[in-house]
Amino acid sequence: MSTSSVSKGCFVFKPSAKKKKTLSLVDYFTDGCEGAENSEVRFKLCQDLWDKIKADTEVLQDELNRKILDSFLIHFVCLAFPVSSVGVNVPDHDMTFQSLSELLQQSVTPHVASVQAKECGALKHLMKRVLERLMDTVVTVDDEEEEGEEAEQTDLKALKVLSSLCVFRNSSTGTPGKKRSSPAKDEQQQPPVVIIFKDLEAFNPRVLQDFILICSRYIERLPLMFIFGIATAPSTIQHMLPHSVSSLLCIELFQSLSCTQHLATVIDKLILTPKFPFKLNGKAMQVLISIFLYHDFSVRNFIKGIQLALLEHFHSQPLSVLCCRKKEALLHMTQLSHRDVERIRQLLSFKRYVEKQEQQEQVNLLKDDNHLKEVCQRLIKDLNKYHKNYYPVLRCLHTLTSSLPRYPLGKQIRELHLICLEKNVWENEDYQTAMKLLRMLAKDELITLLQRCAETLQSVKSKKMKNALVQLEELLTKFKQLDTVETAPTVEESFTSPVKNLQKKTDLFQLQKTLLEMNETRRSKKLSPFEVLRNEALDFIDGLVRSYLSPPESQTLNEVCYYSSSATVRRHLNATPRTSIQAALSSPYYYLQTEDGSVSNAAPDICIAYKLHLECGRLINLYDWLEAYATVVSAAEGNDPDSDNFGKVDEVKHARFIQAVSELEFLGFIKSTKQKTDHVARLTWGGC
Amino acid sequence: MTALLQHPGYEEERLQRVAEQLPCREVQAGLLLSLMGQPQQYSYPSIFIYGHRASGKSHVIYQTVGHYSSSLQLPHATVSCVECVSVALLFEQVLLSFFGCDAASLLPRSPSLSDFVRIYKQQCSQSPAKQTRYIVMEKAELLRDTDANLLPALLRLQELVEDNITVILLSEIAWDKFRPNTGCFEPLLLHFPDYSKGELQQILSQDRHPSYSAELYSSYINILLGVFYSVCRDLRELRHLAALNFSKFCEPLAEGKVKETDTHKLWRNIEPHLKKAMQTVYLREVSSLQWEQMQQMEEKETGALRGLSAHTHVELPYYSKFLLIAAYLASYNPARTDKRFFLKHHGKIRKTNFLKKNEKTSNHLLGPKPFPLDRLLAIFYSVVDSRVAPTASIFSQISSLVTLQLLTQVSHDDQLDAPKYKCAVSMDFICAISRTVNFDIVKYLYDFL
Repeated sequence: MSTSSVSKGCFVFKPSAKKKKTLSLVDYFTDGCEGAENSEVRFKLCQDLWDKIKADTEVLQDELNRKILDSFLIHFVCLAFPVSSVGVNVPDHDMTFQSLSELLQQSVTPHVASVQAKECGALKHLMKRVLERLMDTVVTVDDEEEEGEEAEQTDLKALKVLSSLCVFRNSSTGTPGKKRSSPAKDEQQQPPVVIIFKDLEAFNPRVLQDFILICSRYIERLPLMFIFGIATAPSTIQHMLPHSVSSLLCIELFQSLSCTQHLATVIDKLILTPKFPFKLNGKAMQVLISIFLYHDFSVRNFIKGIQLALLEHFHSQPLSVLCCRKKEALLHMTQLSHRDVERIRQLLSFKRYVEKQEQQEQVNLLKDDNHLKEVCQRLIKDLNKYHKNYYPVLRCLHTLTSSLPRYPLGKQIRELHLICLEKNVWENEDYQTAMKLLRMLAKDELITLLQRCAETLQSVKSKKMKNALVQLEELLTKFKQLDTVETAPTVEESFTSPVKNLQKKTDLFQLQKTLLEMNETRRSKKLSPFEVLRNEALDFIDGLVRSYLSPPESQTLNEVCYYSSSATVRRHLNATPRTSIQAALSSPYYYLQTEDGSVSNAAPDICIAYKLHLECGRLINLYDWLEAYATVVSAAEGNDPDSDNFGKVDEVKHARFIQAVSELEFLGFIKSTKQKTDHVARLTWGGC
Repeated sequence: MTALLQHPGYEEERLQRVAEQLPCREVQAGLLLSLMGQPQQYSYPSIFIYGHRASGKSHVIYQTVGHYSSSLQLPHATVSCVECVSVALLFEQVLLSFFGCDAASLLPRSPSLSDFVRIYKQQCSQSPAKQTRYIVMEKAELLRDTDANLLPALLRLQELVEDNITVILLSEIAWDKFRPNTGCFEPLLLHFPDYSKGELQQILSQDRHPSYSAELYSSYINILLGVFYSVCRDLRELRHLAALNFSKFCEPLAEGKVKETDTHKLWRNIEPHLKKAMQTVYLREVSSLQWEQMQQMEEKETGALRGLSAHTHVELPYYSKFLLIAAYLASYNPARTDKRFFLKHHGKIRKTNFLKKNEKTSNHLLGPKPFPLDRLLAIFYSVVDSRVAPTASIFSQISSLVTLQLLTQVSHDDQLDAPKYKCAVSMDFICAISRTVNFDIVKYLYDFL
């Protein structure tokens, strides 16, 4: 966990006991926390929840990796392993390789070494790393090599490395001493040595080529296997290695899951489930998803974002003590203090709820703590039910709309989820179009979609969903009966078609009239039994949506479970260095904790210089700038404006000004220019 | 033919066996043997052997000098110059194979050439050579990058250590490219020419499949050479191709549809597969197992051949794509034209106004030009359709693109102030990327105005 480093810092100062370590975590949590009295309970809840989420994601991760790795293990003559996730900066890569090497160590060979480009600048470093990693995995250690750590000696050792690898392998398999004489039979039983190159693109091609050439000389004695992690296209191998080298390899390709699919599964398992009481509201969710899609494509960062939101929620919302499983929540509800009850009364959603009640009830709710607790217990139960029904219905709606042309409600379920979180989905225009399109579906398509809906509903335990399932199945049987009972012939249209009349008359008024009539008749045309049934089914779905997919904001006590501060998440995860610098320069009191917001002598020199430079054009005359600076500083020091010394540039002010200017240059706001003497160029615009 | 390999001082029988292992290289082997003379005679100090890849240089040496059980087994040390990151390793290797571990451990840390000569002499006096000793240096072209005195010294090592020793250098590069400008002792040059078509046929036919007749295999090789000889003369590559496609060739035979003698039908059967294999020759992108799987896949569903090169789809985050597009534009458009492309009211300026005399050639022919970071960001902000805050992750995406080698950093790593980049992706690649974000890049390229 990320907080562990912080606790270590604490550990240094208080080296007494292990207890302190865990305590300090709670202390950090309690420190500056809203509603400190139940903070420990909240901390525990938070930690439990996070542990659960973490365990779940790990399981998920393993499952996803297993798929690739399984195919990987079957072949296992492979050399290339492209992982298409972007960025060496992204930690997802690491996770995959971590689990890969663990799996290999468990099931195939104890000799696995993984190397990164940044630690292998030259051939000998690469050799050294590989050997170190391999040695660490096995107990038997070649003593000479371990001593060879010193920089001077590594130079000598690079070649010994491989020959010693042979020795090392022999010793680890129990046949010491002999290098070459191991018979072919023995060779097959020996597990291969696997070397993982985590980021192939970043390796120096020269180093890699030499390494492969050297390895190829030892391949008879030492079954070697390379795994290359490629983040771009597999043709990188050909770009990096010349034919003479790549022909030494026997390459096999493995493709990992694309990261968007990965995200979809994570969202499916973590977000769209009533299992975890903690939820994100629409905006916070949007921030996390857009960071993923626009910036890093890292699922791990996405989960970290959820962790941050979780921590923030439990830290800043005292009522989050109720954000746990139903039983615990009811228990905690009875133990709420008066202050917390007051907090409930302050909640927006609760106020709305109170307004809807009768006069007497309103008074009771506002005065009587115990009564309020009882009511709230019921409300918590309602909230729980809401969650239980929300997700299945969401999935049903997604099943129906995800295959429509042009995806009015989005291709991915997360898009639909966002729409539903935002406001009443049935008021959305796209929802109307989707429904219209659904009302035009052909029979077999509709039936398969409805069947899939029924499947999703089947696994749900809630009563209402069971009712819905029964109704849906009734509808489905009706659809099927349509096939067997051939419908009675539709009633013939009794009146003559107005089209015929149309040809005779050319009067504009008449024409309009007939056209309107035609329109009327078409609308009132009798529907076929299938169409009737289709409308019935879709009305049923619409009913489900209207009753269960209302946005969480409409639910009473939603603040307990939903984290809504999207700005905090954004500020923490998507830092904007320039904006912070500008904020610091234009309003230093924000950082310096002084009340006065104006430029004063309390403001540092650099802030004064910054504010003055905002008023200038592209080129700034240094002397004018200095004069202005001196005036401002004099005024700030409280000098008499009429005195002779006012605004005079003395040596101290001059030096302070020069320092401020060079600091601004360092921060990248100005730069020196050769266009005009004694001028500097301004580099930023706006943001005053 | 084996008559060529007759030389006094060696066992007749051994020579015979060696000759069998060296098809089509009898002339060179014979020449080499006569240069070497009888085992106890002094040989020429240094021999330089060159020829293209897979022309049998190492093979001939190993067969004659040593290494294999069937060879003549003369005292020798084989050194691959790739392995020798420092001269110390080279010296150690040589001493180790001639005099054993004790001699090698006498070398001081970071030994010089004279240390080596001293220790060699010392060891040599204890165990003088009864036969000529050989040092075989593979990939000798790498010796040029080491200390300037190493190569000249190796060439006359016989004189220096006063022992019966010969240095054999193997290289793919002609001697002219080696000669140091201070001059040196000239080694004897021995050239290994490429194998001719007939020779290739003879050599390839030797690794026939045991369950099929030699005639069948040789006719298969004949077909194979007929298809591939025009594009590929590398023995190793051809051997790989032969192994890869032989099972396909035998398929009708195994099913019993065709007799072994019916070469025409066999040819009709294998030809389309060889044509397909032609597209991936030299690429070695898939293992033989995957190749077979792909062949089966194709029989089921018709589709283009998918190798490494087919997986060109690269997944990038949204802003990374735009950063890459901006980088491409910055690399291929002259900076003067930015105003024309990215300002709203640029006015009508025709291309001719921009043309300078030396810029008539297409920028795409000249390759990407370096651009500073701020220009990249300026173009990025005007190209991307929404307002983007200049967050830290935008900058980290740039460095991410650099590690993926889609951008390359031109300025030195240490230069934090205004780093310069180049865009390293092709036109096709960037077009594919911009299509995914609905950006018409051609409209913004100066070359296509």
